[in-house]
Amino acid sequence: MVTEQMTEQQLEVAEAELIPIYIMGKQYMVPPTLTIMKAMEWAGYKMIRGVGCRGGFCGACATAYRIQGDPKLYFGLACQTVVQPNMYLAQLPFFPARRASYDITKLEPTPTTLFSLYPEVLRCLGCGACTKACPQEIDVRAYMAAGMRGDIAQVADLSFDCIMCGLCAARCPAEEAQYNIAILARRLYGRYLAPRSRHLEERLEEIASGRFRAEIEELKSLAKEELVARYKARDIEPK
Amino acid sequence: MSGYPPEMQESIRMVEATRARRLKETFPAMSLEEREKILNGFHPDYKGETFQAIRVGVSKGQRMPVELTRIVEGRPHIGPDFDLSAPVAETDVLVIGGGGAGASAALLAQEHGAKVILVTKLRFGDANTMMAQGGIQAADRPEDSPAIHYLDVIGGGHFTNVPELVEALVMDAPPVIKWLEDLGVMFDKEPDGTMVEAHGGGTSRKRMHSARDYSGAEIMRTLRDEVRNREEGITVSEFSPAVELVLDDEGQIAGAVIMNLETGAYAFIKAKAVILATGGSGRLHYQGFPTTNHYGATADGVVLAYRVGAPLGYLESMQYHPTGAAFPEQIVGLLVTEKVRGLGAQPVNRFGEQFVYPLEPRDVEAAALIRECKGRSNGIVTPTGQHGVWLDSPMIELIHGPGTIQRALPAMVRQFSRFGIDITKEPMLVYPTLHYQNGGVRLKADSSCDVPGLFIAGEVSGGVHGHNRLMGNSLLEITVFGRRAGRSAAEYAHRVRPARPTLAHLEKWNRELEEAGGDTGVISPILLPDYTRHE
Repeated sequence: MVTEQMTEQQLEVAEAELIPIYIMGKQYMVPPTLTIMKAMEWAGYKMIRGVGCRGGFCGACATAYRIQGDPKLYFGLACQTVVQPNMYLAQLPFFPARRASYDITKLEPTPTTLFSLYPEVLRCLGCGACTKACPQEIDVRAYMAAGMRGDIAQVADLSFDCIMCGLCAARCPAEEAQYNIAILARRLYGRYLAPRSRHLEERLEEIASGRFRAEIEELKSLAKEELVARYKARDIEPK
Repeated sequence: MSGYPPEMQESIRMVEATRARRLKETFPAMSLEEREKILNGFHPDYKGETFQAIRVGVSKGQRMPVELTRIVEGRPHIGPDFDLSAPVAETDVLVIGGGGAGASAALLAQEHGAKVILVTKLRFGDANTMMAQGGIQAADRPEDSPAIHYLDVIGGGHFTNVPELVEALVMDAPPVIKWLEDLGVMFDKEPDGTMVEAHGGGTSRKRMHSARDYSGAEIMRTLRDEVRNREEGITVSEFSPAVELVLDDEGQIAGAVIMNLETGAYAFIKAKAVILATGGSGRLHYQGFPTTNHYGATADGVVLAYRVGAPLGYLESMQYHPTGAAFPEQIVGLLVTEKVRGLGAQPVNRFGEQFVYPLEPRDVEAAALIRECKGRSNGIVTPTGQHGVWLDSPMIELIHGPGTIQRALPAMVRQFSRFGIDITKEPMLVYPTLHYQNGGVRLKADSSCDVPGLFIAGEVSGGVHGHNRLMGNSLLEITVFGRRAGRSAAEYAHRVRPARPTLAHLEKWNRELEEAGGDTGVISPILLPDYTRHE
């Protein structure tokens, strides 16, 4: 399972420039410019867990770390965080969290829905450990507070950039699964609370009535030269 | 404090100096003839020596990148004697792939009465869908129509697209937007409900629907959540890539052999129909390019389908996204969404001058960036030797008002601010990056292919986009053809009469490869790239 192209790993580094990091307690010397993920690979880890999109969108590579001598606990995405000397790393590729099961078509976008599927919303202590842990810098505490008020639209808006990595749930003393509560709120908002698009409804009616059928059939039947001519002649809507 | 080194800041000052003037000027778009010329000169697809004809199989003689032929002509994980007598599971429809296409397919198959198993190589949702930022096209405004969308798609694809597939794509588009919204996807809207829609490269109407710049993530997490709500009908198995498809004595699909990625154990899942939704191949790093793709994009589906006799097509063309990050080093190759240009940011060279219309189709735009850097030496070279040109993001706020970037591009702002770069004030350095596999398994409009019972959806397929896909048509493709595949597979599963499962196709495959000079020695599908250091 080896590819020849190593574009992720081409750098040559002088030994003196390497810095120590500790992957689950064991020391490795790695180049100082790498992200945590690339440093682990440089150290020889072939990852299966704790790696996904490698671009900060999927939440697979949630990582907790401390720096030697610093009492603070830090969190980040391994694919987006550059290593530092004496960093002690632990990957959290999976963290168990409760998820309610539901039929979105049978719900109402009300506070009662939120509270009945996730009664633990009301147990939030407002401590803010979730906000501190969030690698997306989402104010998780604020959207949980909105959740306690039953404000679905606000939960949806404030939680929008969530990548569901689970770090908030891992840190929560009230044992919430914030990110699962948030996606319920967003789906309720998208389906029931967002304003309807009249132009979309009208277009669906037009399609159903067969309005574009003949035009598409004609385009499909055109020889390339005619198609090219039509393409060149099309007018471009201004920006 | 700027995250850019001093020599790059000097060039940024030139970009700033020309900004006010450039706000009033746009570089003219190319004619079709000019497009052809620049592609021939500078697009990676036109470098003949990096391609090779496949030696065996139904599409023998077809050209594709050498990195891909090496995998396609590889050695199967299992032999023809692998024991199929005791399947670990049986199902109507087996979906291989847990991205947007697989999830859409699973939902529709279940709705059409099929029992569904979805297997995926990494976690459910680890897919390029999750990373798509810009948006999804659908002609749903009065100024627009599916016919205009059709022309944009087929012109962008160099008129080589399969007409029936383009028809399906554009006609299903507005209904798909409705379907997604009913599932709870939060599209960007005006207060009165009007969709916020933008241009993309090669579009003649604004029809790009977005969800901030998390468009794909929003669609993926919603589809995934819905699949999880249907646990009665859909079983999901993660870290379970398919390593071989299985046919029966009649040549119909009979299931797949799955590997447990963590234990290495193989198992047979028996199925009446199989949907292949395994995505693309950016992690093969064609011609040494960095990629925007997720970790598992290793062409598995092309390998699997080809070995059971499904014809391939369009694989001589890969898409290089014009704007991958070129600085800082840590994020080289990652996607800078086309939406940045859609909102008005211009690509400019190190002197702060425009050199290309900002929204050419992707292949043309990419070729123009490569020419500016490698052909004319008007680009920046970073301290680590990466080439790039500026994408002048601060223009966006001058056009649309302060706060626009944070509102419309929060993922981009976050990505760069992690490295000390404020894209509302400073431009981004960009260079083309490997983004999309335009071709794949030859697709039909009902999402079937030439192997009975095998259905295809998403990036693994070929034909929808011809030789170049437009922005916003991949999120559309995965949902349109994912849905079609789910429905078709369920209907097929209800009527098929299965025969005895066999791996006889492997005997034939191995023999053919032997006669052609042997396999490449690579065990394929390769499943994951290897980025560990080898001293």
